[in-house]
Amino acid sequence: MDNNKTSIISDSSLHNGQPHDISRAISAEICENPRPNLKEWKGIWVFAEQEEGCLAEVSLELLSMAQFLAKKRRAEVSVILLGDGVESLAEQLLAYGADRVFLAEHPTLKRYSTLPYARVISNLITEIKPEIFLLPGTSLGSDLAARVAARVNTGLSAHCTNLDINDKGELRQVVPAFGGKVMATILCPKHRPQMATVRPGVFRKGEAQKKRGMIERVPVEIRPEDLKQKVLEVHRGKRPARAIEEADVVVAGGAGIGDKDDWKWVERLAEVLNGAVGGTRPPLDEGWISEDQMIGQSGKTIRPKLYIGIGISGVIQHVVGIQDAKVIIAINHDPKAAIFQTADLGVVSDFRKILSILVEELEKSTSSIRGDRATLRP
Amino acid sequence: MNIVVCVKPAPDPKRWDSIQLDPITKALQREGIPSVLGPLDKRALEEGLRIKEKYGGKVAVMAMAPPSAKDNLVEALAMGADEGYLLTDRAFAGSDTWATSLVLSKAIGNFGTFDLIICGSYSLDGSTGHVGAQLAEFLSIPNVSQVFAVERIEMGTLRTKSLIESGYRVLETPLPALITVIREINTPRFTSLLGVIEAESKPLMKWSASDLGISPEEIGLQGSPTQTGDVFLPEMKRRAEMLSGEPGEMVQEIIRKIRQALA
Repeated sequence: MDNNKTSIISDSSLHNGQPHDISRAISAEICENPRPNLKEWKGIWVFAEQEEGCLAEVSLELLSMAQFLAKKRRAEVSVILLGDGVESLAEQLLAYGADRVFLAEHPTLKRYSTLPYARVISNLITEIKPEIFLLPGTSLGSDLAARVAARVNTGLSAHCTNLDINDKGELRQVVPAFGGKVMATILCPKHRPQMATVRPGVFRKGEAQKKRGMIERVPVEIRPEDLKQKVLEVHRGKRPARAIEEADVVVAGGAGIGDKDDWKWVERLAEVLNGAVGGTRPPLDEGWISEDQMIGQSGKTIRPKLYIGIGISGVIQHVVGIQDAKVIIAINHDPKAAIFQTADLGVVSDFRKILSILVEELEKSTSSIRGDRATLRP
Repeated sequence: MNIVVCVKPAPDPKRWDSIQLDPITKALQREGIPSVLGPLDKRALEEGLRIKEKYGGKVAVMAMAPPSAKDNLVEALAMGADEGYLLTDRAFAGSDTWATSLVLSKAIGNFGTFDLIICGSYSLDGSTGHVGAQLAEFLSIPNVSQVFAVERIEMGTLRTKSLIESGYRVLETPLPALITVIREINTPRFTSLLGVIEAESKPLMKWSASDLGISPEEIGLQGSPTQTGDVFLPEMKRRAEMLSGEPGEMVQEIIRKIRQALA
């Protein structure tokens, strides 16, 4: 596990049109690398994703899980933070429980780019030898995790829904397969670090406390070949008024909602409950919701106080995203719909009949259901 | 433009409900479920075909899969790919993304030159989404994940739009490069009868581990850093109170439940 591998690569990479028979060289290099001496690898790492100087919430969620794992392994938690001018974020990470923040700052790291980030992190892994490394299962986090795991020759599991330490002290990673129909346990017995990605909303973030950790600045190796890929523009959409993972109430519609006029009922119910609107893939395909409102295995995981699913059949790909909701109410005209296996309250009815009355009754209600009750979490 | 599209034939999702988990052996019983090209595989292939149509060149389609996946590659040839490569060997079975990416990289290394590799963002079954980036790493080329638009290829660089949670990014990447694509990138074409006929005379190579110069320890279960342990069915049942009957009455029950939730 040394840097010689990367210097072999830099010779003929990125020369347009040149033959690429270096994979042979890489393979030889990989196989000659001895398996790591596991005892030398210590510490639980988290990659903190930040954007425009703001920490992504998922970074704090992973930090919380890392502390849980660290207790069991009697190890320290270190957070890896890359960027430019992000020292205040490092302080935040310490407040949320990091024992150490490895801070790598450089103008070229201001925006995420695969190769510069992969190089800084791989170098750090090789030097510091962490036992476990968690990254967000976001677009950028997954991209980075995959590249780094390949570079440092280790295993990586995706979208873990649970993490724990088993009797042998190994990281036990639980992941969905076949759309979540089955859950599989993944281990990385002989390679280090044991790497895993986790999607936002799967774990809970902890409380901020006064903590005495330290920030350690790390040197940044910049190679010209890493900079040939350029981020030209970054476009951010408007954040929805109610981000569904932050709402106490989520009303979701599915394939059973026939048309746009019917969809309005979903929106009206959400509005009267001061909640957020979510959905499954069919409404996304229709354009009634946007990608960040889709709930399920390839969308968001939410844990609201109240989830109401309308015209949703309840396929596994969707329900994995709502299983931790406090109360699940399902409205579907098909009594055999799978959603009723996951609901606390099942309403077998044509939603059109129910919703018009429900919304009217709720609007009339002057009680504590509306307004200040169904608020966003702080 | 020499384009390689990597696909992963996987058991047909329409038949996933018939996948059984043997409670004793913990093995997944998936016999009899045919493998299909996933929607992202088809989109990767479609994008390759469009780029070839615009800039000239050829499209090779490649899969590391059991022998039965030959049919899936023939389908890809019928869609318009020029050559097929089936990497198949018992020794590949049980490969995780690391080992799979290694095998694909060796096969592509066998080609000589290439300009662009296109993969779906994630496969139907494993859905890790990792092979694209890992393959790019083994080939030491840059990659772009979750591309939904290939805007321009000129002067040896590729301009793409790719998705992030808060919006999207526009990247410029020197070739050769690898991209993974998502649903929004295109709508795949249907295969024509002519395409099916032409597919029969297109080359379809089968390569084994020894053809690729890979030894068994590097691949399959042995060569995979991650190992699958326990497989189990998720427990997600709740005791549902079921309502039916008069809408008016049901609504009162629903409101009661809502109050309970928000209390």
